[in-house]
Amino acid sequence: MEPFREYKGLVYPLERTNVDTDQIIPKQFLKRIERQGFGECLFYHWRFDENGQKRAEFLLNADQYQEASILVSGHNFGCGSSREHAPWALSDFGFKVIIAPSFADIFYNNCFKNGLLPIVLNEKDVEELIQKAKSPGFNLHISLENQTVEHKDFKREFQIDPYHKEMLLNGLDEISMTLTFENQISHYEQKQLTTGW
Amino acid sequence: MQPKTIIDKIWEQHIVHREEGKPDLLYIDLHLVHEVTSPQAFEGLRIKNRKVRRPDLTYATVDHNVPTTKGRLITDDIAAKQMTTLQKNCDEFGIPLADIDHPDQGIVHVIGPQLGLTQPGKTIVCGDSHTSTHGAFGALAFGIGTSEVEHTLATQTLWQKRPKTLQIKVNGELGLGVTAKDLILAVIAKFGVDVGTGSVVEYTGEAIRQLSMEERMTVCNMSIEAGARAGLISPDKTTFDYLKGRKYAPDADSFDAAIERWKTLATDPGAEYDRTIEINADDVEPQVTWGTNPSMGASVSDCVPIPDHYDKKEDREAIEQALDYMGLKEGTAIKDIAVDHVFIGSCTNSRLSDLKAAAEVIIGQRVHDGVRALVVPGSNTVKEQAEALGLDKIFTDAGFEWRESGCSMCLAMNNDVVPAGGRCASTSNRNFEGRQGSGARTHLVSPAMAAAAAVAGKFVDVRQFGKVYQ
Ligand code: SF4
Repeated sequence: MEPFREYKGLVYPLERTNVDTDQIIPKQFLKRIERQGFGECLFYHWRFDENGQKRAEFLLNADQYQEASILVSGHNFGCGSSREHAPWALSDFGFKVIIAPSFADIFYNNCFKNGLLPIVLNEKDVEELIQKAKSPGFNLHISLENQTVEHKDFKREFQIDPYHKEMLLNGLDEISMTLTFENQISHYEQKQLTTGW
Repeated sequence: MQPKTIIDKIWEQHIVHREEGKPDLLYIDLHLVHEVTSPQAFEGLRIKNRKVRRPDLTYATVDHNVPTTKGRLITDDIAAKQMTTLQKNCDEFGIPLADIDHPDQGIVHVIGPQLGLTQPGKTIVCGDSHTSTHGAFGALAFGIGTSEVEHTLATQTLWQKRPKTLQIKVNGELGLGVTAKDLILAVIAKFGVDVGTGSVVEYTGEAIRQLSMEERMTVCNMSIEAGARAGLISPDKTTFDYLKGRKYAPDADSFDAAIERWKTLATDPGAEYDRTIEINADDVEPQVTWGTNPSMGASVSDCVPIPDHYDKKEDREAIEQALDYMGLKEGTAIKDIAVDHVFIGSCTNSRLSDLKAAAEVIIGQRVHDGVRALVVPGSNTVKEQAEALGLDKIFTDAGFEWRESGCSMCLAMNNDVVPAGGRCASTSNRNFEGRQGSGARTHLVSPAMAAAAAVAGKFVDVRQFGKVYQ
């Protein structure tokens, strides 16, 4: 995984709440056995009509958002299924950062395993960003190290737990790291054998 | 000793490593695997030349993609590849698999309990959000993504941040014709789809104690729809009685000792939760969702909401978007909504008692003209048991299709799809846009309510329908 430190990118506002994983990546695309190539299926039913034509009214299809890499949306983003295809699709499409007032737990967790940074800001700030991002060329500067989101006079700090931060900053392979705890794991298994728990 | 909740007890028993400022490293007792969220995980193991640490604590089946038509002919090449990939992976890594033709095949959350793999006090994970179902046994069971599937396969552990605890206390008693499904839908309608975010829920209270194991599974299944990481119920005699004699449950010699251990799990009197919310079961009526997330629901005697009655702009917009997608006019009475599809199945409501409840409602009646109705048992075993009781005959005589087991129309990954604009009374757990097919409209209900809708061609209050409840 690529380390993530500083990032600057164009913002796309998705003005909805409770965006669920079925919308992020509809189930007909879950049959594949690879990790790549899900970007074209992102928000499929919102982006395309029954004939596979782009829906002009869906903002992400507008010229001004073609380079967008930061997504701002309403609360409870990523609710629904545990499918990691959702962060795969977002990241394959080119998104690096998702900003929302709250995220569903499993989705939030899945983001970090895929180099995607989910940022929680309060409702008011998110609303402000959504409005600003409606005008062309609105960029945000994100520093994971300083935990800040910035655009000119807009500067906010965000919270992230040190473990997740570390993982993204260093692009860690979590399994390799866990395997260094082999002794503790074996020890636990021994104890379980004797106590029945 | 400080009184503890079952959540704290299970958590503490499973800590392999703990360090300030880090999540805990938790041991996983049971890892369930299915075809959709696992291929990339096995591929990851292969690339790094890693093994599955405990194939004996891992169990796989195929459910999401499988055809449910007789003969189970797979016409979709990509789906077929996903299934053969799972066979190949289980073979290579030595994992037991209930494959498509295996007697134990079924929806992963139906077969775990049925086989006795699901037991009190276990930590259980699966690459599927409805893993919360297994919490009905007093297990800590939660859904994970594919990276965590790989992590569990390789290490039998997961890094997890300690969750907050949320008690949902259900007082009183459910009325006749009001089911566990109505209860959980009412909870979500009242408290919202993110009330449980960051938390593990314990369901407590008199009404919960009275539920059968299958009903408890329905409740815990939908914990994720309330945003919770997991939902569970302290084990009791109902739990132990259910488990006795099951294939992978402790055998006769060790069963009593197991009960003694399991009994220590229940939440201690006086234990504190981070939050408690309450609901009165007596007030719950049969529920029908009208919108595009599970909290957008109402009692069968109510109406679809009127956006203008809401203060917050965000709420008004969400309702408008939902009604637009659902093709419903504001203020419509739920009982005036006609359906053209009925689906009885899914890990929420496809167990024997669910099928019985539906069959009782339709016995001797006919599915309404123009309605396509499907019953999809949750497992091969459920199907066999139902057939032994003659339920299949009741359903087919009434004009239902009687299918092989699988997820089917719950997420419509196979050919069981609701067409665009179609309207389905469904016993599943999600009414998201496009869930049952692109442009399909889903109303979540209990099995009895779905069965009644199939006969009436529209929603009716099952308590005033047919002879069962009168
Ligand atoms: S029945 Fe539906 S919700 Fe349950 S595991 Fe299958 S697809 Fe998921």
